[in-house]
Amino acid sequence: MSEVMVDVHGVRKSFGPLEVLRGVDLRVRAGEVAVVLGPSGSGKSTLLRTVNHLEKVDGGWVSVDGELIGYRRAGDRLYELKEKEVLRQRTRIGFVFQDFNLFPHLTVVENLVEAPVSALRRPRAQAEETARRLLERVGLADKADAYPRQLSGGQQQRVAIARALALEPKVLLFDEPTSALDPELVGEVLDVIKDLARTGTTMIVVTHEIGFAREVADTVVFMDGGVVVEQGPPAAVLDAPRHERTRAFLSKVL
Amino acid sequence: MDLTTGPAATPPGAAAPGAGPEAPPVPDDPAALRVVPARHYARWAAAAAVAVLVAQFAHGLATNPVWEWDVFRAYVLSETIVQAVWVTLQLTAYATVLGFLLGTVLAFMRLSRSPVLQTVAWTYVWVFRSIPMIVQLVFWFNLSALYEELGVGIPFGPVFWSVDSNSLIGTIGAAVIGLTLHQAAYAAEVVRGGVVAVDHGQLEAAAALGIPRLRQIRRIVLPQAMRAILPTAGNEIVGLLKGTSVVYVMSIGELFYQAQVIYGRNGRVIPLLLVATAWYVVLTSLLSVAQYYVERRFARGADRTPPPTPLRRARQFVRTLRGAAAQRDRSVVPLRFLGDSR
Repeated sequence: MSEVMVDVHGVRKSFGPLEVLRGVDLRVRAGEVAVVLGPSGSGKSTLLRTVNHLEKVDGGWVSVDGELIGYRRAGDRLYELKEKEVLRQRTRIGFVFQDFNLFPHLTVVENLVEAPVSALRRPRAQAEETARRLLERVGLADKADAYPRQLSGGQQQRVAIARALALEPKVLLFDEPTSALDPELVGEVLDVIKDLARTGTTMIVVTHEIGFAREVADTVVFMDGGVVVEQGPPAAVLDAPRHERTRAFLSKVL
Repeated sequence: MDLTTGPAATPPGAAAPGAGPEAPPVPDDPAALRVVPARHYARWAAAAAVAVLVAQFAHGLATNPVWEWDVFRAYVLSETIVQAVWVTLQLTAYATVLGFLLGTVLAFMRLSRSPVLQTVAWTYVWVFRSIPMIVQLVFWFNLSALYEELGVGIPFGPVFWSVDSNSLIGTIGAAVIGLTLHQAAYAAEVVRGGVVAVDHGQLEAAAALGIPRLRQIRRIVLPQAMRAILPTAGNEIVGLLKGTSVVYVMSIGELFYQAQVIYGRNGRVIPLLLVATAWYVVLTSLLSVAQYYVERRFARGADRTPPPTPLRRARQFVRTLRGAAAQRDRSVVPLRFLGDSR
């Protein structure tokens, strides 16, 4: 079995009095695709955001490729990292947002070049070459010089995926990547993600697309009420769920 | 009924519209019907009233001897006045650049996570917004009364190097400092308003990509904030340009001060005020034009198709008018707004 790429251990997180994550454990191995399902408010997105430290955890810890995220361990203490170091860690973790969050004042290719040049100090020419190759991969080579608002939602999300890939991350996190899209645009984005899954990219995908989970996931994780209720191969979790809550959820969305 | 809007598919039996008094039968095709634009009688009446008022005012300007246009002409391009305009422009430029630089720093201090920086920035804005500019200017003018010398040394300890405070800053320096500090307090709030208006997702995306903090501000946040900053900043700069007239209290030879000096000597108050007014109007007009193009530049990517410039719009308007005239010959009024660019 390959090594553990993402290790989430006993993570807890509250927003004020509301406890959103109540001790979550999750392990994703290198090259594996984990799909996280669950009703809204179950803490899926928050969990994903703790993996790249967009949310600071209140308890437990997260590590990516053996490196603790947001903290440095020395003996029996955890030292909070400075923002600069957290930013460096994030360059290894690609994140794709529900509403794309492309930079509207930059062209598509500038969107892709920005982080490699400023965060990884790549030469601009090299970064641009990579950017154009990635755009070709997501089928948008001809849109390199367009502005994001000139693209459809599906195209914007494909650019956002290419932007995340431009940093050559070890793991890709998708936060409901198709929820803001019109139904007929969902397919083109899922196709790109499926293609990435085939090439062995480690991914955690939060989604409501059960069909996608069945087709692509190595592990399906079902969350409810801030805990992982059930996880396992798609055939087990989706077709023969052991927990009542999983059954109830699936009967509603299938 | 046929609802196609294609070119006049006039059914047989329907006479061409506008064919004369023998009341043609109503054609079935709505596209062939004649469109009568709405008449705005009240608007015409208002326009007439305004025209009369403008004519009266213009007549007064031309005939009332108090304006003394010959004096205006003698002074408006005189060396003293042109030099004074130059001083006004310099004061405005320095205070704008320095004020907005300091203001931007203050804005990001206020937005930072450090409570120390937040408090310092908040206090600065509170203090400098509370003191009237004229009071502050006089304070700087009298700096030497407060601190005769300025020096570098150990706080509360020995001083290694010091300088006479009046010779350090001088009158123009005092004016620039006063205007800058005042402007920075307002600029800080203008910039902060713009930054707060940028979608939070933009910062999250930049953070998720690991873009360094300063670069996030310069490359991602500020260019987008500029859209919200510019209209208010334009106001501020125009206000500052006119606000420089306040430094006449420090006997600096800017536009308003020189106008006063001249009419103090020759008693021609009205024409010299007119000279100053004319210059202020010209300068603010130039600023407004510059503002338009700067705003346009920062609107990149905000619209799918950028709006046309006024020049292009004017050309299009003329073209539309011509088109309308040509169409009217065919007795059909176009079903779109004149000058509508889309």
